[in-house]
Amino acid sequence: MKAENEQALHFTKPQSQTPQSSFAKITRRELLKRSAAIGGSLIVGSGFIAGSTASWALEVKSLSPDTMATLVQMARDIYPHDSMGDEIYAAAVKAHDDKAAEDSEYKTMLETGVDSLNAAAKQMGHASYLATGWEAERTELLKSIESDGFFQTIRGGLVVGLYNQKAVWDALGYEGSSYEKGGYLNRGFDDIKWL
Amino acid sequence: MTAPFDVNDNSVVVIIGTGAGGGTLAHELALKGIDVVALEAGGRHLPQDYINDEWPSFSQLALTDMRTTSGSWRVAKDFANLPAWIVKAVGGSTVHWAGASLRLQDHEFRALSTYGELEGANLLDWPVTLAELEPYYDKAEKKMGVTRTNGIPGLPGNNNFKVMKAGADKLGYKDCHTGRMAINSEPRDDRASCQQLGFCFQGCKMGAKWSTAYSEIPRGEATGHLEVREHSLVLKIEHDADGKIDGVVYQDKDGNQVKQMARAVCVAGNSIESPRMLLNSASSMFPDGLANSSGQVGKNYMRHMTGSVYAAFEQPVRMYRGTTMAGIITDEARHDPSRGFVGGYEMETLSIGIPFMAAFLNPGAWGREFASAMDNYENMAGMWLVGEDMPQESNAITLSEEKDQSGMPVANVHFDDHPNDVAMRDHAYQQGMALYDSVGATQTYPTPPYPSTHNLGTLRMSEKPGDGVVNGFGQSHDISNLFVSDGSQFTTGGAENPTLTIVTLAIRQADYIAQQMSEKSI
Repeated sequence: MKAENEQALHFTKPQSQTPQSSFAKITRRELLKRSAAIGGSLIVGSGFIAGSTASWALEVKSLSPDTMATLVQMARDIYPHDSMGDEIYAAAVKAHDDKAAEDSEYKTMLETGVDSLNAAAKQMGHASYLATGWEAERTELLKSIESDGFFQTIRGGLVVGLYNQKAVWDALGYEGSSYEKGGYLNRGFDDIKWL
Repeated sequence: MTAPFDVNDNSVVVIIGTGAGGGTLAHELALKGIDVVALEAGGRHLPQDYINDEWPSFSQLALTDMRTTSGSWRVAKDFANLPAWIVKAVGGSTVHWAGASLRLQDHEFRALSTYGELEGANLLDWPVTLAELEPYYDKAEKKMGVTRTNGIPGLPGNNNFKVMKAGADKLGYKDCHTGRMAINSEPRDDRASCQQLGFCFQGCKMGAKWSTAYSEIPRGEATGHLEVREHSLVLKIEHDADGKIDGVVYQDKDGNQVKQMARAVCVAGNSIESPRMLLNSASSMFPDGLANSSGQVGKNYMRHMTGSVYAAFEQPVRMYRGTTMAGIITDEARHDPSRGFVGGYEMETLSIGIPFMAAFLNPGAWGREFASAMDNYENMAGMWLVGEDMPQESNAITLSEEKDQSGMPVANVHFDDHPNDVAMRDHAYQQGMALYDSVGATQTYPTPPYPSTHNLGTLRMSEKPGDGVVNGFGQSHDISNLFVSDGSQFTTGGAENPTLTIVTLAIRQADYIAQQMSEKSI
């Protein structure tokens, strides 16, 4: 549990940059030319992953795009919020690619972890984790690696990486700081009507 | 003399820590003209600096120095190196506290006499009574501006309180209100009134909440009798050949080791660091650590029985709007063994933002159930359950194998729940969930204890020197010029949030120290 605790204790660098910022605007047609759909809702290309509508794309520096796409899907399966787009999950796991670029052992840990997840999927009769259609089956696969450092690193990182995003606060109805606006005193602190 | 003081000036009183205990004591002594050097491990952050964003604020204020944990408590698994959620800064945890200011009840000072012997519990009566403390409670409430005392109106209730109140009425609870809070409901004592910012735990940017950081400390400094040395980490307390304390060795802001000579030393570094300092100060004369002839230094660590209940409703609550602890139910705080446990607990509204909810709702959990709870955030109400836990000798602060940057062993915090704690928590969860169910909750979430905020009892008061570490004034039984000035002195925990009692004891201790000094007893 050490890795998890370290993750949980090092909250200093919230990962809030949106994936769009690291990749030039690209059309869906161009994207599809350079990529292949490998299951799930993501497009995986050479050096990037993108949303299926090409509304966002994320450049992948160190990890293989397949690995990155797997991490994005894992993130959604670990904390599934159906109203949130994949770009939020991509932003939540982007830091792993950054860290892998600086730390080859870390990179190996991630790639190996994804390999073992895919191997488990094959045993279940699927081509890969990403090609496993039902969330319940993917969850079963994740359960099988739940105690691994790899899984705990991804899950632990998401606690901050996902839930410290302003976009997530908006989606879940959390307004955050109010000081700049004079507090909530005149902005609904006691406005409950349904009781 | 006028501050700053020379390190060789052995007429000063050295206070270690500037929170509720140390900060109050420093101010009170300075007002009496007694020269004080206060050593503070953290830096100084004031309302304009506070960050209303949970993780960045945590980075700014929280004590994250290395600590280890053991025992069966869940915190040891989920937050192995973060046993306590307290503040390392001028003002200590009065920067972060929610403001609840409750007096301990009369019977809670007589825990052993009232509850009787309980297997596994190291219960004891305090060597001081409520009646003796009442005049000092009065002073503390006045100083802190506690609502519903001294004619100060209560705070208005926010949405989270309104849900609690509606449920309290349904369940037949009689005593539910917006609390006795050291948060200004109207401008008072050069501090603004509460604007319902919603970030009490992150430091009050209005300064509406009482904190030694911006009340006692600057006022003490203004007398010329108080010098606060920030970023000063105490390594050990030293004594002379007669066994009297003669000074404190600390690492200063530049990393140099310095010894400040002292006439007396008061330890107020919270109930984990305070015993650690005494244990780390072992010498050939005191091989088991200072003030430890009883063997009780570091023992009887208490953290209050805690837990939370959050609940989701069909429609929005937006509990995060407004004061974090916006209301209280005190009906369950009574001692009534028919419920299956001794002592009692308080029910207090609580709200945390999305970032902390993700970390604390059910640490380690994942999947659709957890995400669904997070999806309900906007429709959630929440309460904290806080009650008296049993002192146990085996729950203890000891020196860990791990060392800090100065080579001093860090604290290990060992904790196991007592069966009474478990029974009380189960009861509290049931009542909290029933309360929310009564007003239409669609889901309830019994949430495990957070890292400890109420750390108590590790240098406890006792009538007899064999039973504890300090007497009823916080003075060491063994060494007359060594005092304990924080929650470590608590003989037992009571059900109430401890800050008001810590402040009360510090005001009383200041009178006692001044008297002892004038009598040349120390």
